[in-house]
Amino acid sequence: MAKKKPVDQLRFEEAFEELAALVEQLEGGEQPLEESLALFERGQALAAHCSQLLEQAELKLRQLAPDASGGYSESDLEIEAE
Amino acid sequence: MSVLSLFGLQSAIWSPSQLNRHIRQVIESDYRLSDLWLAGEVANLSHPASGHLYFSVRDSEAAVRCVMWRPEVARLRRLPRDGEAVEAHGHLSVYEAGGQVQLYADQIRFAGEGELYQEFLRLKAALEAEGLFDSDRKRTLPAWPRRIGVVSSPTGAALRDVANVLSRRYPLAELILSPTPVQGEAAPAAIVEALRAVNGYSRPDVILLVRGGGSMEDLWAFNTEGVVRAIVDSNAPVVTGIGHETDVNLADFAADRQAPTPSAAAEIATPDRAELAAELTQIRQRLARAWRQQRETLHSQLAEQRVALGLGSPQARIANARQRSDDLARRLVAAVRHELALRQAALRGLIQTLSAVGPETVLARGYAVVRRLADGEVVRSIAQVTAGDSLGVRVSDGSFGARVEGN
Repeated sequence: MAKKKPVDQLRFEEAFEELAALVEQLEGGEQPLEESLALFERGQALAAHCSQLLEQAELKLRQLAPDASGGYSESDLEIEAE
Repeated sequence: MSVLSLFGLQSAIWSPSQLNRHIRQVIESDYRLSDLWLAGEVANLSHPASGHLYFSVRDSEAAVRCVMWRPEVARLRRLPRDGEAVEAHGHLSVYEAGGQVQLYADQIRFAGEGELYQEFLRLKAALEAEGLFDSDRKRTLPAWPRRIGVVSSPTGAALRDVANVLSRRYPLAELILSPTPVQGEAAPAAIVEALRAVNGYSRPDVILLVRGGGSMEDLWAFNTEGVVRAIVDSNAPVVTGIGHETDVNLADFAADRQAPTPSAAAEIATPDRAELAAELTQIRQRLARAWRQQRETLHSQLAEQRVALGLGSPQARIANARQRSDDLARRLVAAVRHELALRQAALRGLIQTLSAVGPETVLARGYAVVRRLADGEVVRSIAQVTAGDSLGVRVSDGSFGARVEGN
């Protein structure tokens, strides 16, 4: 198996897609005990990571504006509630 | 009804409500009357506190009653005036209580807008012919957009709607506003620049080009050639959500996906958090189930291996070796016995062969062995004996003496 990124560094979609693939692999049931255990543990960590990201995510708001150099740059944006 | 009319036929008798309902059904069954533009001059305009709008549209010879309900009136850029030339869009029906046939209007174009519409059709045909609206050049939207560019007015409801939908559905993303005026003379060029800037500097995965509803004049920027080309040239796929459900403009035709409203555009562009959470729950259950099954399989494999392991333990090997040596000893004895038996059989055979070729068999057939008694020589020739010699004669069951009498 290729060296995998630590779970907490994965973006949601990376973790989610790896989790889906991993579950399929585990369902195939072709790997030895040690590997299955490793898969299961990583799967649990991925699932927990995904849940956490989903629950804690907050939409980031940015705004593009012309800057002094004649180009554009981003800054935080606030939108007042109606 | 037993009374016959003068003509011998019974005419139907209607109540006013039956008749009006029938007229209404007749009118509503004509599809041409369900979606029409009525052009003429406004007359008898009234705008009571209810918010609905009542007026007539007339020409020099006739007039048609029109009514527009409050929600549609609210969307008008302004109210029409008596005597003004307009085009009213809607469907024809009957107000049953009064028996009036009237147009239920949902849109009013003011004089001059008809020309705008002609311009819209001309440009649409030209851009269409160029292939800018072809479905095969439309890009698919990314499944997981990280950065979502929003080209819209910084103060409009459209931006707020989009932000709300994204916060609820997919807060994992980042919204980057590329602000631009969306109506007025400067709007077309500003929209083009906002699209270019967000593509070049923010490199979004998808762009939402959104604006709230308005009149055809208000939405005109989205019908300009420059904006259409900027959408086609955008690096990131573009989703339009311009105006209300019924508004269609050239930007929509050019977009990779078209949504009826700004909120709908945000929905089309993103996965839904609630669905993702449900999917995640399901995948967690599958993970646990797969692991449980694996463990059960592994347990039973382990049990089998334990049995196999028991067979290989030292005690087992000693026991096994013991049994094996016993077994070998038994097999040795058996082998020796077998060898002996074979040899005995061979010996018996040899003895038989031997006796077959030996003298006893010959003697038994009546031959005899004759020896000279003097020297024991076997007599094979008459030259060996003279008269008076003593001989010994052996036959099958013994020997006796004899004497040679002459030769």
